[in-house]
This record gives sequence, structure tokens and C-alpha cells, in this order.
Amino acid sequence: MYNQIDSNKRKTVLIMAIFFAVMIGIGYVFSYVYNNSFFMVIAVGIALVQAWVSYYHGDAVALAVSQAQPLKREQALPLFRIVENLTISGGLPMPKLYLIQDSAPNAFATGRDPKNASLAVTSGLLDKLDKQELEGVIAHELSHIGNRDILVMCVVMVLVGAIAMISDFFMRSLWFRGRDNREGGNILMIVGIALAIIAPIVATLMQLAVSRKREYLADASGALLTRYPEGLASALEKIAADKEPLEVANKATAMLYIENPLKDHAGALNNLFSTHPPVADRIKKLRQMA
Amino acid sequence: MWWIVLAVVVVIVLWLVSVYNRLVTLRIRSEEAWSDIDVQLKRRYDLIPNLVETVKGYAKHEKELFEKVTEARTAAMGAKGMADKAKSENMLTESLKSVFAVAEGYPELKASENFSKLQDEVTDTEDKIEAARRFYNANVRDLNISIDTFPSSFVANMFKFVKKELFEASASEKEPVAVKF
Repeated sequence: MYNQIDSNKRKTVLIMAIFFAVMIGIGYVFSYVYNNSFFMVIAVGIALVQAWVSYYHGDAVALAVSQAQPLKREQALPLFRIVENLTISGGLPMPKLYLIQDSAPNAFATGRDPKNASLAVTSGLLDKLDKQELEGVIAHELSHIGNRDILVMCVVMVLVGAIAMISDFFMRSLWFRGRDNREGGNILMIVGIALAIIAPIVATLMQLAVSRKREYLADASGALLTRYPEGLASALEKIAADKEPLEVANKATAMLYIENPLKDHAGALNNLFSTHPPVADRIKKLRQMA
Repeated sequence: MWWIVLAVVVVIVLWLVSVYNRLVTLRIRSEEAWSDIDVQLKRRYDLIPNLVETVKGYAKHEKELFEKVTEARTAAMGAKGMADKAKSENMLTESLKSVFAVAEGYPELKASENFSKLQDEVTDTEDKIEAARRFYNANVRDLNISIDTFPSSFVANMFKFVKKELFEASASEKEPVAVKF
């Protein structure tokens, strides 16, 4: 448990370092090709701002992107009680609770440490799960908070978002070049180099952040917290069986959720970005614990 | 030659310090967990007079019951030592159960909004006591394992670390929780 916390802190530093290296690399390529060091300054500036945002405001970004609204105790007394009781038995401070108005059942936790943690659930989760299933889901999310997984996920979410934006920008410029391909050999070369750098980096960052072992660990420690693995197992079954996609989720935030909120699993790109272990396997492991 | 001796001594001292610090951490953590239970217990003590007053308003003839609850509350608040505390707390839980059982016989009381709110609060507090107790027991378990197992038992003996008692649940609470629909 405490080793897990240390390893997550190390991962965060490593991910930040990789991100800086990528940004500086991109800035260098641009500065070199255009012979203008201004690009380097911009790249480092963006990197610094993004790193700062991801560390201190990543949770706010995640909540805003997911359109989560803060919940008051009177609004959802049963949910508050479940969270209160589980935080007591886990020895954690009470996280802030948020609601996402969406009928797809799902949940995520975010923040940089247990004292600054937030937990968001969809209205679909509250409607479709019974008390014990809800306890299972909350316990899983609280385990992510206790293990500091939330810090890594939060940082990666913002940084991957930034890299995705840049790669998107390159893709578009490539598309424009395709229309009037008179000159632009230089640009195409840069785009090629940049994409070649960015794609594996994004994949590596995602893998670093969301090793499958971590989801299994949160499942197991969540089950230990409730002493009832079947609750989470049947919750996962319900969440996986639900065909509705979660509208507010995207590739950057998908890894935060308890189970993949993007329902189109096909395609090589989705495999690259696969952030969750197969749900059938998670359910099987939980049932073996019971 | 004496360099090797010195190195061995340094390693042993470092090891002693790290084990000692870990034991102290575990002890402090279980003390902290105990104060968590205390907070929840106090919350329940505060709810009881309210509950008794409310029930009194509808069920005047249950004098004996009120006395029993008040007595159990006083005993629990004054209990010293882990075993004594656990025993008197379990008695208080039992007496509260009889209050709710008696309430079944008074339809007006059962329909009272104030009563159902109090009942809800008491149930929630009991869940929270249970949760806090689980956390405490988990911490005590870690401490006791370190005190008992070799080689940390050696350091624990040297510095006279004592094992802590688990906060046991009463027999009726150990039964599996019935699933309510």
C-alpha cells in the first residue's frame, strides 16, 4: 500500500519529465527548421503552464470537462452516508462529491492527494445500482484516492490532452497541405517527425498512468474495505452491460472512470488507448475473492 | 578488521532505528483510529436524550425502558478500558434495539417524522461506529503482528511495546447482515 503511494509519486515525476522532453523536442525541431528560437520559448512556456495546471488544477479540469456539479449532503443523503462510512473504515478524509447528469452509470475520483480529492458519480449510477453495488464502486474509487492513483491520472489527463491537441493541430495542417501540395516539403517533414515522436509518447504515458495492475489492486482493496467483493462485481456487470455511452467522456478522461465509458471498443487506435483491463476478468477475480 | 565490525554495528543500529520508528508509527496510528471511534460514540450519546424525549411523548408507560437506556448510556460514557468499553457499548446497542422494538407498538410514534429521522440518525451512527471499529481493528492488527513476529518482536520486547486489544463486536452483530429490499 505505502509502496504503491511512493511508486505513484515517482511515476508523476517521470511523466512530467517525459512531457517536458517532448515539448522541448518539438520546440527544437521547429526552431531548427525555421531558424527562429522563438518556437523554443513558446514550447517551454506551454510545458510549464500545462505542468502547473495538471498538478494544481487537474481535478478542476476533469470535473469541468465532465460537467460535474457539486452535491450537497441533503441532496443525496444515502450516497453521502455510504461515502462517509467507507472513508471512516479506510481512514481517509471525506472527498468532495459531484454529480454528472447522465443516465450512463459510471464514476471517477480525481485530485492530487486524499485531502484534495473529489469523487464524481453519474445520476445513472445512483439510479441503476443498489446500495451494495454502490458501496463497491465507491470503495474502488476511494482505493484510488488512498493509493494516490488519482494524482498520476490527473496529471496524465491534462498532459495527454495537451499532446493530443498538438497532434490534432499537426493533423489539420497536414490535411491543408494535402490540398495545395506545391511546396511544403519542409512542413510535411516536421509533421512527420512530430507525429512519429508524439504517438508513442502518448501511448507510453497512458500505459504508465494506467497499468492494469492498478485497476485490479483498486478492485481488491475496495473489496477489502467493504468485505463484500460481490457488490463491486455485480456493479461492474451492470456498468459493462449498459449500452449507453457517457456523453461527457473523451479519450483524455476515459481512463479516470471505473470502467471504460467509451463504448466503441473496436479499432487499433482504441487498443492503443485501452485503459481498462477486460471487465469480465475483473469480475472473475472479484468473484474468486468471495 | 575493525572496519567490518564497525560496518556491522552501523547496519544493526540503522535497522533498530527503522523498526523502532515503524512500531511507533503503528502505535500512533491505532491511537488515532481509537479517537475516530470515540467521535462516533459521542455522536450516539448526544442522540440518545433526544430519542428518549421523543419516544416519551408517545409511549408514557415505558418508564423502565427509558431508565434502562439512560443507565446504559451513562455506563458506556464512564467505561474505562477497551474490554469494558466494548461490553457497555454493546449493552447500549441492545437497549436501543428494544426502544425501536417498543416503538412498533405505537403507530402514532412510528408515523412521527421526528422519530423516523432520529431512528435514521441512530442507524447511521451505528454504521459509522462499525466502520470506525473496522479501521481501528485493522490498525491494531498491524501493530500486534509487528510486535509478535520475528525479527521486529525483538525490538518490540526491548522497548516494551504492548499489544492493543481489538474492539470486539457483540455476538448479535457478528451475524451476517440481512439483505433488505
